[in-house]
Amino acid sequence: MASVLTREQHLDLYYYMRLNRELEEQMVRLFRQNKIVGGVYSSLGQEAISVGTAYALGPGDWIAPMIRNIGSLLVRGFKPRDILTQHMARYTSPTLGKDGTSHFGDLKTRHVISPISMLGDLIPVMTGIAMAGRYLGQKIVAMTWIGDGGASTGVFHEALNLAAVQKAALVLIVENNHWAYSTPTERQTALRDLADRAKAYGIESAIVDGNDVVAVERATREAVAHAREGRGPVLIEAKTMRMRGHAQHDPAEYVPREMIEEWKRRDPLDRHEKFLTENKLWDAKKKKEIDDRIAREIQTDVEFAENSPFPPPELATEGVYCNGCHTIEADWKRAKEELLPPRSSVKAEWPGKVSAHSDAPPKAAAKIAAKTAAKTANTHSGNGARPASAGTANAKSKSPRKSKGARAPAKAGR
Amino acid sequence: MAETTYLEAIRQAMSEEMGRDPAVVLIGEDVGVYGGAFKASEGLLEKFGWERVIDTPISESAIVGAAIGMGYAGLRPIAEMQFIDFIACAFNQITNFAAKSHYRWGAPVPLVLRGPCGGGVHGGPFHSANPEMYFVHTPGLKVVCPATAYDAKGLLKSAIRDNNPVLFFEHKFLYRRIKEDLPESDYTVPIGKAAVRRPGRDLTIISYAAMLHTSLEAAAELAKEGIEAEVVDLRTLLPLDTDTILASVRKTNKLLVVHEDTRTGGIAGEIAALVTENAFEDLDGPIRRVTSLDTPVPYAPPLEEFFLPSVAKVVSAARELAHY
Repeated sequence: MASVLTREQHLDLYYYMRLNRELEEQMVRLFRQNKIVGGVYSSLGQEAISVGTAYALGPGDWIAPMIRNIGSLLVRGFKPRDILTQHMARYTSPTLGKDGTSHFGDLKTRHVISPISMLGDLIPVMTGIAMAGRYLGQKIVAMTWIGDGGASTGVFHEALNLAAVQKAALVLIVENNHWAYSTPTERQTALRDLADRAKAYGIESAIVDGNDVVAVERATREAVAHAREGRGPVLIEAKTMRMRGHAQHDPAEYVPREMIEEWKRRDPLDRHEKFLTENKLWDAKKKKEIDDRIAREIQTDVEFAENSPFPPPELATEGVYCNGCHTIEADWKRAKEELLPPRSSVKAEWPGKVSAHSDAPPKAAAKIAAKTAAKTANTHSGNGARPASAGTANAKSKSPRKSKGARAPAKAGR
Repeated sequence: MAETTYLEAIRQAMSEEMGRDPAVVLIGEDVGVYGGAFKASEGLLEKFGWERVIDTPISESAIVGAAIGMGYAGLRPIAEMQFIDFIACAFNQITNFAAKSHYRWGAPVPLVLRGPCGGGVHGGPFHSANPEMYFVHTPGLKVVCPATAYDAKGLLKSAIRDNNPVLFFEHKFLYRRIKEDLPESDYTVPIGKAAVRRPGRDLTIISYAAMLHTSLEAAAELAKEGIEAEVVDLRTLLPLDTDTILASVRKTNKLLVVHEDTRTGGIAGEIAALVTENAFEDLDGPIRRVTSLDTPVPYAPPLEEFFLPSVAKVVSAARELAHY
């Protein structure tokens, strides 16, 4: 299928994926040299998802990466040195050594929310950002990732359900890498496709081959457009494979060898290189140019990280509270007057459609919902939370993209 | 001017702050059309509309998580727990997400999490909780427990304007039972400052929330016997106002702590440690505490009455301590 991306953009995807991989391989070497304080959580084989999804967003959009989404941080403009100093607990790291791994972010410019280790908790937070974005008139999209394991948490359900009734501009990427630490997906869920979870919330979904960066980028771009138009959240299941253990300490002997061998043949970087070559988007010289640039960047930043000091011990006591060190400021893109009395005044009663829609045939209800949603998105005349639209779109929401995006690997290792 | 109840004071604080700053929004279960289970948000939907008064599914984790996200985006959300007992359902969002955010990566979480706590209304094991100590043990949070209508309004306004996650525990026994004249003008009460509610010389009684009133009644009883108790209202449990606590103990030399929370791991233990560390030489007697029993809150009135501190229990403990 034709991609709308330019040559430069296709080369960008290669650059970020290769940088993602080389950086992590470098971190594995540093880990073996005892220079990493904590763990290294490899995303080997999953780079197409981190990079392809993040690449589909606009600069005003928000992301909350998970532990295996270093690629998305690179796309968002963070440098290898940020990731290296985080893992090495240096004072020059974005968190000054207070937290490690990819647990950092940037509220003001890159719009990146730091993850926490408890899975699923980013989903309601990103839902809240999407709700706030709509309220502020920003037309932004909020995106986060979850694994096949994290999709088993209660908060995954709570948050997707809230996002659905709110018609929040949330895109959730479910990375099905077939292993939650040592537990295979069939012990996490009785579903074959995690995308089916979307049906339970009345939201759109798609399945994409997570090892095909062009397909991932395209599916995400469509989902982002859908969410941005005010048509509600989208869940994308990206099928892939975790090629290493849960973290560097884990040899993953519980994974069948043949499963690894099979997925090695689908390596996302090999695949994109082949795509670039077949479509004559680069040559050996261009590849070498990019690879050399990446090697230089990593080398420079490893030196920077290794020469960086650990934080001073007394830093441990600082920053528990914000005592005026930050200002809380919303980026208003609409007139505040609309939000204050008397213009904000409404009747405290549920609109009449509440009882009507529960009896209406599903098709008609879905139409009402679509109309209401479109109106809401265009005029800000109400909240997506307005009960007239809440819960109406569930029964028959068909996903036009599902067939297009459904390029799941035939053998998913089950 | 009509007197204002504790509940009305809370409603006024939200309404005035929402009128002052469009970044303030309210999110929770049944807070909009219904106006909240205790009517704390009655009238706010009519005034501020659907976008600012947000009814949610029954999903406490999602409510708190969404409020954290709103805070990151520059809003100042107020999230309501219908009964504070349900805060346990959102524990992870509060203790791991909100509380650690500023310390870990410098991202402030301006969030007020408020709801009705406390017993004495026969709510039983799941509608009577005093969960403050789970959160007092969590660096990064602030924990506020107002005892008067004036404080409820002034502290809630401070909480909304604060850049940190503030847990605001409203004692439901006080909602409609206490009232007072409030200033017409905008005022705040600072978080982290205790108040001496009754001066005395013979012993200090430290308390907060509904038990402040029990302690004041006890102090009035004790005065009839010639025992002058100084009564301190903590108002904020985290951060604790150590200066006011230590100043009072240094003056009276004896300390009784009264709280409705259960005994083991209650704030009384922390205060006792603080006082022995900093004012041991000033003490003329053992530190005593009157608290609820170490059980869940029972339902039947005679059981709950037995479980809770009372004026008689406070008077008895204070009398014994005064004569020590």
